[in-house]
Amino acid sequence: MKIHLKVWRQRNGESKGYLEDHQVEADEHMSFLEMMDVLNEDLVSKKETPVAFEHDCREGICGSCNMVINGQPHGPDSGTTTCQLHMRSFKDGDTVVVEPWRAVAFPVIKDLIVDRSSFDRIIQAGGYISVNTGQAQDGNAIPIEKGRSAFAMDAAECIGCGACVAACPNASAMLFTSAKVAHLGTMPQGEVEQSTRVQSMVKQMDLEGFGMCSNTGACEAECPKGISITNIALMNRQYAGSVLGSEKSV
Amino acid sequence: MSWLTNFLFSSIGRKLTMSLTGIFLILFLTVHLLGNLQLLAGDGGEKFNLYADFMGQNPLIQFISIGNFFFIFLHAVLGILLYFQNKAASGGGTSRYAVKSTKTTTYSSRNMAWFGTVILVFILIHLFQFWFKMKMTSIPELVTYDGVEVKNLYTLVAATFSNIPFVIFYVVSMIVIGLHLSHGFQSAFQTLGLNHKKYTPIINGLGTAYSILIPLGFAIIPIVFYLTKA
Amino acid sequence: MELKSNIPEGKIATKWENYRGKMNLVAPNNKRRLEIIVVGTGLAGASAAATFGELGYKVKCFTFHDSPRRAHSIAAQGGINAAKNYQNDGDSVYRLFYDTVKGGDYRSREANVHRLAEVSRNIIDQCVAQGVPFAREYGGLLANRSFGGVQVSRTFYARGQTGQQLLLGAYQALSRQISLGNVEMYNRHEMLDLVKIDGKARGIIARNMLTGKSERFPAHCVVLATGGYGNVFYLSTNAMGSNVTAAWRAVKKGALMANPCYTQIHPTCIPVSGEYQSKLTLMSESLRNDGRVWVPNKVEDAEAIQRGEKTALDIEESDRDYYLERRYPAFGNLVPRDVASRAAKVACDEGKGVSKTGLAVYLDFAAAIQRYGKSAAISQGIKNPNDDKIIELGEAVVKEKYGNLFQMYEKITAENPYKMPMKIYPAVHYTMGGVWVDYNLETNVPGLFCLGEANFSDHGANRLGASALMQGLADGYFVIPYTVGPFLSKEIRTPQIDANSPEFLAAEKETNEKLERLIKIQGNQSVESFHRRLGKIMWEYCGMARDAEGLKKGRQMIRDLRAEFYNDVFVPGEVNEFNPELEKASRVADFLELGEVMMLDALDRDESCGGHFRSEYASEEGEAKRNDEDYAYVAAWEWDEIEPKVHKEHLEFKDIELKTRSYK
Repeated sequence: MKIHLKVWRQRNGESKGYLEDHQVEADEHMSFLEMMDVLNEDLVSKKETPVAFEHDCREGICGSCNMVINGQPHGPDSGTTTCQLHMRSFKDGDTVVVEPWRAVAFPVIKDLIVDRSSFDRIIQAGGYISVNTGQAQDGNAIPIEKGRSAFAMDAAECIGCGACVAACPNASAMLFTSAKVAHLGTMPQGEVEQSTRVQSMVKQMDLEGFGMCSNTGACEAECPKGISITNIALMNRQYAGSVLGSEKSV
Repeated sequence: MSWLTNFLFSSIGRKLTMSLTGIFLILFLTVHLLGNLQLLAGDGGEKFNLYADFMGQNPLIQFISIGNFFFIFLHAVLGILLYFQNKAASGGGTSRYAVKSTKTTTYSSRNMAWFGTVILVFILIHLFQFWFKMKMTSIPELVTYDGVEVKNLYTLVAATFSNIPFVIFYVVSMIVIGLHLSHGFQSAFQTLGLNHKKYTPIINGLGTAYSILIPLGFAIIPIVFYLTKA
Repeated sequence: MELKSNIPEGKIATKWENYRGKMNLVAPNNKRRLEIIVVGTGLAGASAAATFGELGYKVKCFTFHDSPRRAHSIAAQGGINAAKNYQNDGDSVYRLFYDTVKGGDYRSREANVHRLAEVSRNIIDQCVAQGVPFAREYGGLLANRSFGGVQVSRTFYARGQTGQQLLLGAYQALSRQISLGNVEMYNRHEMLDLVKIDGKARGIIARNMLTGKSERFPAHCVVLATGGYGNVFYLSTNAMGSNVTAAWRAVKKGALMANPCYTQIHPTCIPVSGEYQSKLTLMSESLRNDGRVWVPNKVEDAEAIQRGEKTALDIEESDRDYYLERRYPAFGNLVPRDVASRAAKVACDEGKGVSKTGLAVYLDFAAAIQRYGKSAAISQGIKNPNDDKIIELGEAVVKEKYGNLFQMYEKITAENPYKMPMKIYPAVHYTMGGVWVDYNLETNVPGLFCLGEANFSDHGANRLGASALMQGLADGYFVIPYTVGPFLSKEIRTPQIDANSPEFLAAEKETNEKLERLIKIQGNQSVESFHRRLGKIMWEYCGMARDAEGLKKGRQMIRDLRAEFYNDVFVPGEVNEFNPELEKASRVADFLELGEVMMLDALDRDESCGGHFRSEYASEEGEAKRNDEDYAYVAAWEWDEIEPKVHKEHLEFKDIELKTRSYK
């Protein structure tokens, strides 16, 4: 199958980017990234600079790959990362536009690669349980209701790819932040410091320059792991409760 | 009190303010509609004029109406601010990608700021046409019911809605309010943190019903006046 | 060179306890002054860096990823073993120890494995405390499942994403230490050299991948936790970025590569679909709890399937060969990975493969769906359910257990595994070999430590499922924080290491020259094409079955390919810029050397054991034939461009009797 690609090229963070046209001969069983490999092999054979894109595990779990494909983060299939998207989702002769995540808090480094370290800083602000190695009690000391544990797991499945930010018209990081807040706060181990956690993480999220949530639901729809905006509601509730209800402020 | 300003200026704090003022305005719409439907009572405006007079005199209502103006102002200013900040944070909002995808969001959720702006313009014109004239000028003239002298707002309404451009303007504005509500209603609850497997579908259903019925109720008034004008 | 394993004296069960009681400690005031470099942020690296931070050391931590959370530990699906015996099914520390040594075909170091089994229990406690959402029973207590090669249920899991959840736990602990200022995190920094001063490891040269500049980082000791080298085969279940470079550069500075030929070929991967394929995807071993592996009995049927004229559903029950159940009745479909992989190869070599290429076998869930459907019907009180109802109920149960794996399979192959048996084939998955370390996890270079998959120590010639996560976290949380003690306690008088010393400057210069050299070749072939060719040579001559002749040939082919690489590779761009092609080239250059040592190691070992199967050394039934008399040793290789040299550490088995491994 022939694919007409329009790929975002940008030399570095300072330079201006543009869409570059390419023709790629692809196989329908290829993954989208394998199609990009074909393009890059072709560019290298012509001694041109290949398109830089982030990728690693290629099985939908590391959260590295980040392409906006025809306006949709991770492309047209729902619940799928770019690396798991296959060319059979496209038709012969299709024009496919590939762009990086766009958000001020995710500056472009080169071509399709963006800097997502803002996510790390949000986790550093409180996305953990303060327990040192060796301090733990027996794993079965605290029973956790199966449903509650499953709810925490649903939130914990976030792969930190940033599709939520890329999809959000406001580039808000509420889904990412709330997923960690919900994961840790739902479990008894994490409940202890939940009040300060939610305040610190929201504060850091705001400092990073993400936009504000307007409940469009785009994040949930584009999330490759189906993280629910229920988590955002939970964070809103707990944030207000923590600031107004506790004596601590962060 | 830095914690309070921090809270109010935080992303969630601001959204909560939007949500709470929005819910107040939603409630206001119900009261306003119930009052206005008296225009259709077919009594030449007696009930409506007495009601308008009562609303204009009662100190508690006056106090609430000041709050109402303030909340409209806050909701609008904050909304505009959020719009520009979000646009800056995303680097261009919905149009920052070469291909604009609209598959995952509703039309109304994407255009809240535009609807809001239209509604603000509508409110200003609406206030000038009725509230300002009623309070600050000698129109409309007075009318007496059982010895009580009140301003005949009814005639002013009738006069305004005999004018087809105004009727169209009002009806269109009500459609926009409906669109604004269709996202705003359920969004307000989500922002407050009220998301529940059992109740959220009910809230969403109520929101849809509300965003159709309330604007419809308002829109009927100018249409009826225009069609039944002498 | 004599390899000293430094195993403590005493009985196996008390060695670790005694060691901890007597080891030298570093006082808190001294910890603050001692710097530790940790390279890699997978399970081993992140847990080690976090724990060092908690203890008060000054830590610098490096990853080539954009974030520590992306390390490939994240992709582990099935679970983590621990001798908790929560299921009351006869598990114990000794049994886990025994299973691991036996599973490794008696080629691992007893004392290390016993320690691993002991601390396995602490890992679960620690992870639960960190908020890892392990699967639970209705009563709220932790759930377990079975994995290959064992007869107890000791595997803890978080759906099919156990590695992800454990890694996020370690990443969060690391993030906490970063926020407290105890760990300095260097993202997008790739270690390209080890710096030795007076024979001790004193720092690294790392390239800042954003600017392309090589930078010097000094410390009192260096801990490598840089993962495995499965990508030497080009196609593997490893992430695209997984590489041997950090470990290999250490080897080139004097560390030894132990047992490099021990490669784990995982039996259940999605088969290769075409030439363009960039990586292989694993289907968790947990699927073998319920899936039955089979091929057609008759070659004609298999050929019809290969031509696309028949499907699995056209083959009568009596015409199917459930070869694992037939050959290994005691363990059935849950035999260890090496055994299952070889059996699949045998079936396909007989012409019974079931894909277009003839390189696939079926993993069938129909029986499980029937079984679960019937019991679900009983528990839901449905009387006389029809077939459709049973299938519907059964599929729901299977979906709950393996839903995400089935979904992943369907995404990749566009086939519905609930209706059609999965097609699977073995693929390179894990490398048991790695940098040689002693009981302290210290290499033969003083001050250089190595953890997790990057070292060789715990899995012998074959790793059991759900043991890699266990080893990574055991090393990082519970072993290395103690075992750096003996080295660092002697370093408390050592001042801060000077990054401007001649050794650092020389290493930096050498690193830059290597990178420049790659750019300057300006040949005509892409890095990728060399990597692909190397992979084919490795798979052909050093894959599931090896023989002396092939290994000799393979070695020569790699040497030729290496020469060609340095003549004709094309690397675009410059050194001092963000240049992913250059990163790849520098990694492939190292694979081209490692590959040769792997061939040599496989050639040296005239026996079959675990993942190393020499076709000359097989029993009449085709099982691996070990030679304990001559080969019960660790082969640790010293790199040399002309002729790498082997050093041997003899393995002693005092607590486990050496037997022929049998899963029949």
